[in-house]
Amino acid sequence: MLHTPRSPDQIAADRARYEEHQRRGLNFAPKALPDPSPVPAPDPDPERVLQTEVIPGGWYWPTRLAAGEVLRLALGGSGTSVGLAAWAARDPSERMNLPDTVKVQWTTELRRGRVIFSDMGRVMLSITEDSSGAHDALTGGSSPATFADPRARNQRDNMVLAAGKLGLDRRDLPAVLTLFAPVRVDAAGRFGWRGALLSGQDWVELRAEMDLLIALSNTRHPLDPATGPEPAVTATRLAARPVPADDLCRTATAEAIRGFENNARG
Amino acid sequence: MQIHEIPAEKPWSGVVRKGQTIRIEDSFGQQAIDTIFYNADDFGERYSNQDTMRTNGIAYISTGAKIVSSEGRVMLTVTADTSGRHDTSAGCCSCESNTVRFGHETRYLHACRENFLLELARHGMSKRDIVPNINFFMNVPISPNGAMTIDDGISAPGDHVELKAEMDVLCVISNCPQINNPCNGFDPTPIRVIIRD
Repeated sequence: MLHTPRSPDQIAADRARYEEHQRRGLNFAPKALPDPSPVPAPDPDPERVLQTEVIPGGWYWPTRLAAGEVLRLALGGSGTSVGLAAWAARDPSERMNLPDTVKVQWTTELRRGRVIFSDMGRVMLSITEDSSGAHDALTGGSSPATFADPRARNQRDNMVLAAGKLGLDRRDLPAVLTLFAPVRVDAAGRFGWRGALLSGQDWVELRAEMDLLIALSNTRHPLDPATGPEPAVTATRLAARPVPADDLCRTATAEAIRGFENNARG
Repeated sequence: MQIHEIPAEKPWSGVVRKGQTIRIEDSFGQQAIDTIFYNADDFGERYSNQDTMRTNGIAYISTGAKIVSSEGRVMLTVTADTSGRHDTSAGCCSCESNTVRFGHETRYLHACRENFLLELARHGMSKRDIVPNINFFMNVPISPNGAMTIDDGISAPGDHVELKAEMDVLCVISNCPQINNPCNGFDPTPIRVIIRD
């Protein structure tokens, strides 16, 4: 098949524009992100607590967040991770998109100050508190094939169940973000588990930036060498409060600013 | 043997039967080829980039890699690769993500999600069926510190991958039209797909 190339001037102009985006994106993270949140987590303001759910080890929880509400997730010990999927409540065909999330922010390391994007270029969640920065946006979680014990609960089945109770099915499951899962790559791209990044008391707070459906799975990551039962995870829904104009997650990067501009566009 | 010539910036789909081999050829070099596989008998079972990366233990796809479904089954095996390394963590481009990455003025440019939506519609599927894909011939190194960037493609004209089907699969391709980053050398080109027994 024949091909007529674009002009060298067009190509040079597009390359120059990309390299400027790349330079700013890759140089941003080390200087602009805040320190990790302290452990143990401070008690939430009782006035703000809307709901508290203790998710037993191996189990799941489907829930909803209104825009502005905050979901706090706190581990009750070591040896588990929390799978998270999210959909826009007004149109669940808009859902969490991890490839876009990591690509547009120039990093696979999601941590305090970063945001989670939908497939429509809008921000679904802001990571407003995070003690570990040790999350897995790449490898997902356990499946029925992961554990030798056929009675062991797994993240994939939990996600099918949680999605089902939100009126969704397996076709709606996006790639899953696994919180508290310190999966990192080596120089060759091979995955490893860096358990030292977790403290056993880790927590995150995620602020909903639109009305959301949420699926959570409290299950051990396949790369986690821990044994025995998983500890419980406490999920707390906190009431919205005003977001200041200089909010870090909304202003930290050019990409986040444009994402929130897309939220405002509707 | 089937030979399919796919124009620059266009989608394509076709069925690869169990035991057949599909060759995906980057005819002009440095061309990202966004690809999703579905079980031909049950579209609810589809390619899973997370299960694939976890099963293979590595963030990139090359010879020997198993292509794993959302149900944890091997859909295809990579049997040949003259290029060396393919991305499966960066997903496909879209009008919407382009606005975030490159500015709102890039919204009205053709993108892979447009191709996938149109091609999936031919098979009764919709936007909810667009899952994270393989980007054959796209070079997206991930650093141990997490940094991720799309670099110049490393494929030369005629480079190809071959995958042997372990079940009947529907292969859906978007020949990537992106001109805002180097994944296509800023010049999208035609590609070729060959299916043989």
